[in-house]
Amino acid sequence: MRRVAEVAATFALAFLVYLILTAFSGEVGLWSWEELIGGAALSFLVALASSRLLWERGGWRLLNPVRFATFLVYLVGPFLLAMAKANLDVAYRVITGRINPGIVRFNPGLKTDAGRTLLANSITLTPGTLTLEVDDATGDFYVHWINVSNVDPKPEDVCGSFPKWARVVAE
Amino acid sequence: MTILMYVFLGIGALFNGLGAVALHRFPDVYTRLHGATKCTTFGSIFSILAVVVYGAARGGPLGMSMVIRALLALVFLLLTNPTGSHALARAAHRAGIKPFRAVVDRLEEVGK
Amino acid sequence: MIVELSLAVAAAVLLGYVFVCSLRLAIGPTPADRAVALDTINTLVVAIMVLLGAALDLMIIMDVALVYALLSFVGTLYVARYLEEGLK
Repeated sequence: MRRVAEVAATFALAFLVYLILTAFSGEVGLWSWEELIGGAALSFLVALASSRLLWERGGWRLLNPVRFATFLVYLVGPFLLAMAKANLDVAYRVITGRINPGIVRFNPGLKTDAGRTLLANSITLTPGTLTLEVDDATGDFYVHWINVSNVDPKPEDVCGSFPKWARVVAE
Repeated sequence: MTILMYVFLGIGALFNGLGAVALHRFPDVYTRLHGATKCTTFGSIFSILAVVVYGAARGGPLGMSMVIRALLALVFLLLTNPTGSHALARAAHRAGIKPFRAVVDRLEEVGK
Repeated sequence: MIVELSLAVAAAVLLGYVFVCSLRLAIGPTPADRAVALDTINTLVVAIMVLLGAALDLMIIMDVALVYALLSFVGTLYVARYLEEGLK
């Protein structure tokens, strides 16, 4: 039963992406018959092959629409702002060449893979920091910091409110 | 609408250029990754947003399919770019490249 | 007309940046530097393809850009894997 649900969910996701990609191609609604039939067949093959991997480690919780809404808010709000700041920061350092780099460790206390991935990617794209390594067992983040002000930082020093957002969106 | 597109194109070209210059200005792999990843991701996002604006202003099936493809390309870049740079940074560290003039290196201390 | 031209000009500017990056690809002292330059070039090429697709009204270039974005990501991962462990 669980296996059927897994395959069905993967099929639905893959078919949705296919439909988005081939919109405006024909006369049945927005699509042509060829695209619909071919897309369904391909999505079914993909679902058979990859459904086990996709839902293995707690993927179900990410289908929650509330999480998607929070994620979008996060993306256009604090994340875009931090990214703009990051680019001005890099511009400043490219022009002046003033750097003081180092690799620091901190533990934001995230448990799930999705939360860690989200936080690591956010850290990489925001001011002065680049994720090097995440310890799977303890959840320690090793971050290359371009302007070290504190060799044993708290998570707030390095990435501000991002751990809180990651916890809300993905945990 | 056209003005908005020009602004996005300008921002995109500016920050992409910054990323290319950062590759030459910074002293080692990690700092170069900083510049290259952040600036080219931001610049490419704005270049692609310019195409989104152009397609939306144009309308019709062609314009809308332009918007859809550009948005998908944006999502892919936003997902894959930081992950790729993370993999490269970790690989560089494991290959034994020391960070330039580092004040502290906690990853070296753990011995991995 | 002039709008399409401006998109093409932006693509040409990004192409200039690709040459700047390939300088680093050529001189980069360590293999990791070259990999970083290649990653940067990949991102720029995706942006160029999307811009050109819009300028020339060719949807197929945009499809190629999508596939290129995903394949270049896989390529970067493999290069990173090779840097980590050597050719075992």
